[in-house]
Amino acid sequence: MDAILEILVWILLLSGSLFAIVGGVGLIRLPDLFSRMHGSGITDTLGAGLILAGLMLHSGATQVTFKLGAVLFFLLLTSPTATHALARAALAEGIRPWTAEREDPSSSE
Amino acid sequence: MKFAVVMIAVLVTMVLALSRAIAGPTVFDRILALNMFGTKTVLLIAVVGFLIGRPDFIDLALVYALMNFIGVIAVLRYSQHGHFGRTGGERGQGEDGGRN
Repeated sequence: MDAILEILVWILLLSGSLFAIVGGVGLIRLPDLFSRMHGSGITDTLGAGLILAGLMLHSGATQVTFKLGAVLFFLLLTSPTATHALARAALAEGIRPWTAEREDPSSSE
Repeated sequence: MKFAVVMIAVLVTMVLALSRAIAGPTVFDRILALNMFGTKTVLLIAVVGFLIGRPDFIDLALVYALMNFIGVIAVLRYSQHGHFGRTGGERGQGEDGGRN
């Protein structure tokens, strides 16, 4: 039973780390602001969620698990909100998404 | 062992986010990277707490998660309006016509 739990914790932590790094690479590689938000969203929700779930599973039914759940709750609540506010602000500023019709976002008006 | 692996992965992600924050062409790229960096800080504090055997560090992570949100919104407002908000009397007199 303990071995199964350990393997499950490993899987959760490793997949969370993988998603975090993939999102970080996406933040570097993707071409414009709105697609970079996609990369940032992966690390903020999926990566953080999987890593925190692994930690919760590792610590068992204790107070620490409850606090980790609170951290996860606030992250899932605040991070998409901040990204949404950021996207709205960028649109209001005149930054347009990179589409097939307009390939170079810097030449848009 | 597993916590060390996760810590290294989170640190790598933090370096990636930081390089985007330095390189980012617009201020919004920098704020996005800042938000992500803050989330990674929360994860790093939690994982390091487990790594050195003191899970009480979660309290700090909780405070950081909340502070990060407030900080991002504050920087966003400041970069948009040039100030952190107005008092009630002069509402709607800015050049943006009271947007937001």
